Amino acid sequence: MSSMLKINNLHASVEDKAILRGINLEVKAGEVHAIMGPNGSGKSTLASVIAGKEEYEVSEGEILLNDENIDELAAEERAHKGIFLSFQYPVEIPGVSVTNFMKTAINETRKAKGLEDMPANEMLKLIREKSELLEIDRKFLSRSLNEGFSGGEKKRNEIFQMAMLEPKLAILDETDSGLDIDALRIVANGVNKLKSKDNAVIVITHYQRLLDYIVPDFVHVLYNGRIVKSGGKELAHELEEKGYDWIKEEVNA
Amino acid sequence: MDLKEKLISSFMAFENLVDVDSPVHDVRSEAIKVFETQGFPSKKEEAWKYTSLNSILKHDYSVFPKHENTVEYNDVKKYFIHDIDTYKIVFIDGKYASHLSQTTHDGIDVCLMSSALAKPKYQLIIENYFNKIATKDSLTSLNTAFSSEGAYIHIPKNKLAAKPIQIIHFSTGSESALMNQPRNLIVVDENSHVQIIERHQSLTDNPVLTNSVTEIYANKRAIVDYYKIQNDNENASLIDNTFINQKQESVASTHTFSFGGKLTRNNLNFYQNGERIDSTLKGVTIIGSKQHVDHNTLVHHIQPNCESHQDYKGIFGDSATGVFNGKVLVEKEAQKTNAFQANNNILVSDKASINTKPQLEIFADDVKCSHGCTIGQLDESAMFYMRSRGIPEKEAKALLMYAFSNNVLSSVKIPEIKQRITKIIATKLGVDIGFDL
Repeated sequence: MSSMLKINNLHASVEDKAILRGINLEVKAGEVHAIMGPNGSGKSTLASVIAGKEEYEVSEGEILLNDENIDELAAEERAHKGIFLSFQYPVEIPGVSVTNFMKTAINETRKAKGLEDMPANEMLKLIREKSELLEIDRKFLSRSLNEGFSGGEKKRNEIFQMAMLEPKLAILDETDSGLDIDALRIVANGVNKLKSKDNAVIVITHYQRLLDYIVPDFVHVLYNGRIVKSGGKELAHELEEKGYDWIKEEVNA
Repeated sequence: MDLKEKLISSFMAFENLVDVDSPVHDVRSEAIKVFETQGFPSKKEEAWKYTSLNSILKHDYSVFPKHENTVEYNDVKKYFIHDIDTYKIVFIDGKYASHLSQTTHDGIDVCLMSSALAKPKYQLIIENYFNKIATKDSLTSLNTAFSSEGAYIHIPKNKLAAKPIQIIHFSTGSESALMNQPRNLIVVDENSHVQIIERHQSLTDNPVLTNSVTEIYANKRAIVDYYKIQNDNENASLIDNTFINQKQESVASTHTFSFGGKLTRNNLNFYQNGERIDSTLKGVTIIGSKQHVDHNTLVHHIQPNCESHQDYKGIFGDSATGVFNGKVLVEKEAQKTNAFQANNNILVSDKASINTKPQLEIFADDVKCSHGCTIGQLDESAMFYMRSRGIPEKEAKALLMYAFSNNVLSSVKIPEIKQRITKIIATKLGVDIGFDL
């Protein structure tokens, strides 16, 4: 099977500070990858660079999505090709309702693919279906996007958007932070229901907790801008038990 | 001959033209003297520090336009709010265009200033209200001197104007450059209600300068909603002088939507002459290229227990410049005043600028007055968030800007106006999205 995402020797920096120093990663359709690592190791940067955040400069290497180099694509073009980033800190946008935001996002994506706007009744049906999946109150959907949402509500709303957009590659950046156990279960359940043999998920997390619910096929440890260790799901348990120090020692040795 | 001299020398001819025996003859003669003494305002004056009229005064404006009403409704339909039934008072180059208008005398008077000034049955209203709250500054005086035509609206006691009233001034290309001086008088008596939409629209690329004066009287418990749609082409300039006198328990609101024009100056003055009055002044300004919009507001709290709410949003691109100068004056007697003022601005270009100046003068000691002004850029993190969900840069920007203006739009009471403004904003921002928030 050919790879969905292939990252070769990726170096990225922000304001001349090197953050990613040669990442290699291959993700195939149907797989779940977890990326773990201590604070400041470059996890969120990797997520942002894949999603196309312009502040980061890619100095070396390449990102291929279905064998196509996406380095030059704008964030929205990457989204149109099926990349979705669930933000660690979703941005508040006063004055734009969740529903209208989703409508615009879906119709702009369709426009990019040469499709007509989604008919209103179909849109409503989709919203109803996906909000039920994430156990989101209907009233919530007419509120301003993320404004005054609790941490848990913001994360649930991210996964709701993911469900609406049905991405090929979903990157969940610390989706578990700020979630209580019930919210975690709802979010994980949502992600699991959306998983299929045609899409892939990258879960970025500090803790093993979320990986009890979204079970990864591969676990990678990111440290100092490089993937220093990869393994199966048992690696996550080992990290939970022993922390990151032994990895750091191994690398620095 | 510069414009000032031309106007002064034209005045005599004008007076002969409109009737020297007119009851407002003395008022006009007084006014031209004021203009002659003061001349056009210059940047040396505090109130005009950030707005120079030099670039628009250099044209050789025609002061007495030819009478050519050749405009067909279908050609200008798009400038009307046409999906609802309205009264219409329409002018072309300052002259009344009956074929585009729909006036009434059925219970209320929606007609012409020229008839109100000429006919005895309106004399009492003219005596009581004409030029009573308009200030004696030079531009208002200039308008007063040449005041002959405009809208005259009188809603007697306990009446509801069944339809909104549109006042539209078109200018055509039959003159090389044209100066208009429309004069509107709106008197809304006790317990009455009216909604008015005003628009100035040039139909050619010839320079137009409009110096408009509108006096509005909201008597006891009257409700007045006034909408100004300023989306003229970029050779047209507008100096709008609006004066609103409110009596006890009246509720008056203005919404000023400034998207077009070369130079726009809004002098908007509210006077609260009674208790428990509510005044709302809102505006959205979205301009680019070298456009200039200046909002100069005054809310004069004279009596106790009144409220005022000012909310102006501005978005400035390219080399556009903006000014907000909001004065709130609370007299010693005006205890328990609640005055709120906000002016928020976004600069989307390095060359755009805004000068914002809140001016609070409070002489009472038991009041709540707040003001705040902000100048910022579009939130980059919000932009990336939206783009990462597939919304392209231009559309994401537009959505953020629309959301930014939404506080002002949400209080528009006529849905068709809101739709129209939304459409104008989408066109202005070059996007095809519904903003169905």
